[in-house]
Amino acid sequence: MTTITDPHQGQFRLSMLLYDSRYRSMTIQIVALIGFLMLLGWLLSNTAQNLADLGKEPSFSFMLEPAGYDINQRLLEYDSQDTHLRASLMGLLNTLLVAVMGCITATVIGVIVGVLRLSPNWIVSRLSAVYVEGFRNVPVLLWIVFIMAVLIETLPQPRAFRSGDATMSLWESVAVTNRGIYIPEPLFSRSLGDIHLFGASSLRFDVSLDLLALLAVLIAGILTSVLIKRRADVVQEATGVRPRTWHWRLGVIVLPILLVLGILGFYLGYPALKGFNFQGGTHLRNSLIALWLALSLYTGAFIAEIVRAGILAVSKGQTEAASALGLRPNRTMSLVILPQALRVIIPPLISNYLNLTKNSSLAIAVGYMDITGTLGGITMNQTGRELETVLLLMLVYLTISLTISAVMNWYNESVKLKER
Amino acid sequence: MSDLSYVRSEILPERAPPASSVGVVGWARANLFNGIGNSIPTILALIFIWYVVSFLVSWVFSPTWSSESLNQCREIFGADGGHSAACWGVIRERWVQLLFGFYPEAERWRPVVAFGLLFVALIPVLFNMISRRMNWVLLLAVLGLAALYLGGVLGVILGLALLGAAGFIGFKAFSTSKEDRAAQIASGAKRLPNPLIFSAIFPFIAPWLLWGGSIWMPIAAALGFVVGFFAFRFLAPVVGSLAGLIIAVVAALIWWLFLTTGFAGLMQSIIPVGLEHVESRNFGGFMLSTTIGVVAIACSLPIGIVLALGRQSDLLIVKALCVGFIEFIRGVPLITLLFVASTLLNIFMPPGTNFDIILRVLIMVTLFASAYMAEVIRGGLAALPRGQYEAADALGLDYWKAQRLIIMPQALKISIPGIVSTFIGVFKDTVLVSIIGLLDPLGLSNAIRADQAWNGIVWELYGFIALMFFVFCFSMSRYSMYLERRLRTDHR
Repeated sequence: MTTITDPHQGQFRLSMLLYDSRYRSMTIQIVALIGFLMLLGWLLSNTAQNLADLGKEPSFSFMLEPAGYDINQRLLEYDSQDTHLRASLMGLLNTLLVAVMGCITATVIGVIVGVLRLSPNWIVSRLSAVYVEGFRNVPVLLWIVFIMAVLIETLPQPRAFRSGDATMSLWESVAVTNRGIYIPEPLFSRSLGDIHLFGASSLRFDVSLDLLALLAVLIAGILTSVLIKRRADVVQEATGVRPRTWHWRLGVIVLPILLVLGILGFYLGYPALKGFNFQGGTHLRNSLIALWLALSLYTGAFIAEIVRAGILAVSKGQTEAASALGLRPNRTMSLVILPQALRVIIPPLISNYLNLTKNSSLAIAVGYMDITGTLGGITMNQTGRELETVLLLMLVYLTISLTISAVMNWYNESVKLKER
Repeated sequence: MSDLSYVRSEILPERAPPASSVGVVGWARANLFNGIGNSIPTILALIFIWYVVSFLVSWVFSPTWSSESLNQCREIFGADGGHSAACWGVIRERWVQLLFGFYPEAERWRPVVAFGLLFVALIPVLFNMISRRMNWVLLLAVLGLAALYLGGVLGVILGLALLGAAGFIGFKAFSTSKEDRAAQIASGAKRLPNPLIFSAIFPFIAPWLLWGGSIWMPIAAALGFVVGFFAFRFLAPVVGSLAGLIIAVVAALIWWLFLTTGFAGLMQSIIPVGLEHVESRNFGGFMLSTTIGVVAIACSLPIGIVLALGRQSDLLIVKALCVGFIEFIRGVPLITLLFVASTLLNIFMPPGTNFDIILRVLIMVTLFASAYMAEVIRGGLAALPRGQYEAADALGLDYWKAQRLIIMPQALKISIPGIVSTFIGVFKDTVLVSIIGLLDPLGLSNAIRADQAWNGIVWELYGFIALMFFVFCFSMSRYSMYLERRLRTDHR
């Protein structure tokens, strides 16, 4: 006896759209799509109606009008007659600046604290735990505002340096005041000058040739150093003895740089008290320092936990197997434990970098002019173009986020365990 | 021969371990001072702790509780400087504001009661160690205290009656042991109703307590669920369960959209019962943070589950919509979404709509939290072994049954740490509303620091706010550890 379960061949009924699993998924999807499109259409028509009532045609031409406000902490030259577009560019660069600075310090803090939390010393591991819990459980915005307030209220005013109530630290080179920190700036007496890109447009960009020269020498030095390492590897493969090369490798990086610095006439421009304020040197404003410190300390606490989890994730058997193979402890660390721990650490680490970048938008609370402070703050208030500015703002952050996640996916792909 | 034995024939009594390896000394030697490399950090850390603690103690215990301004504080602790001792006067003067914002003074019992009831409603959801009767004791006690506080003859009588009932039930609960009670229940003794009933009612009571207005509004909102339930109950046998469900949802929606206001207005004109209405702009302080946090947390979990299921589903369009939503929300900072709430959300609505700023913020924060929640739960779903899905299929369960009985309980259990850390993140992120001008603790702190009397105050104020957030967030993270232990089913 054979039983053949042919699909039901009867004629199509309307209820089959709902009860027949062959059609149901299609029905659900089409209903979802129609619902979504209707919602979108409803929102768009409301928006168009409201904007027409307010007399605001959506347009982005305001970006090319003069901004009319000043940006006190900036990386490129800018004045208040420049366009909103250039102001936003300054803001974007400020966002990236604080994000990069924050990521570097947060990683350093996180790695140190994360390792200390695993310390066999009870009191040290407790102290790190206190740091981690204390910073993780309090909002980052509170830390930013708090550090800003502490900087303003407790540091000496510039005029205290005149009366001698306060002195500059680090051999008279750094002035810590309640208006910010003044550090020496690198200057060149025989400078090569700048290249001006993009003429006089809103995106004009000056590149210092001195910096380019230094970068070129640095890269060349690193490449030579890698070549020396390769050669040492070859020699080791052939003879079993690794030639001592570290002084060569260090020399080819450091010496050319020193040479170039000498040729360009490198010197430091120290800040000096003139009138009521310090002149010269690089001025790091309180807003930048507060934001940078708060983001680093806050994200550092999260990174500490990630590092700790990553190291704990490598099983003890791996260490034991490495010692059974006769590897010394530091080689065990660099060849066995770290590569495996990094595979666990890096993905959440990068998503924390992403969080830090997004949290840098809280700069608006302390008046640091990042992209939220310029485009989403003053530009929005001056032009009244809420829809356009918020859209642009979201677009900028989305681009940053998607770029970082693309990098993360690429990394995940490259370190994935190759399973067969 | 026997006396030649040189091996001891009796066992020696056990000797106490040396004093240096037991007790405090032994512990310190093992954990703090084993070797030079360990002793130096220990000593450095001890010096650091001593330095911090000695400074902190002299800072905290300063006789400035009754001061009226920062200058007065400075007079009290001398001219040597403003930061060697705390100026607690600001907390004494402003703590009520930091807790309630500008909520009317006469009505402040309402948020307090709502907060108390929140805990009563949460306990049966969060813990299983408190007995059913103790839950009712807590509920009656909170209500009784509220009635006593309100005063008046009726209030006192009602309050005493409620407290009496609480005491009676509490006494009975304490006087009968667990085993006796189990035996009573087994032999058919009546049990008190499940306290989860109150947890289900609470979402309707809390907004009424906080915002006030007619009591018929929350009742009408709750009736929407009743309408939907009865529609399903009576229609499902007739038209089939799926169509019945759709009709029930439509019926409830019709009730909410078109009939609620009319019903509430009618009932209010017949039996006027209500509390004084409080404007949203009077909300502030921790009350505001807690309101936003609790609503966003409570709503984001179900929305997040739906989004996670959508992202994992085979339906291409549904999946694309969910992925787009999640990635968009996660790619932008919360502050831009709050800008949308404060400036754009009214533009998206039909002309003439002008709905409350707190409601707008609630919507955006909930959407934000849902996207993060969805990713956490997706992680849980992905971590579940493939065999669980296949086993559910093999048992012949349909999609929703498989999700409800097999997949979700396990996936949610795996993702508890992530869920709770998202909750903590959402609660911390509520301070961002100060940027769009709502008066949460941080927004209030700016106003306080701008006040002439307290101009220049930093540590006390931010320390107080930070401590409040720390208490909430830290206890949430401890709770997640407890829950993980409670639900652990492996390696036992």
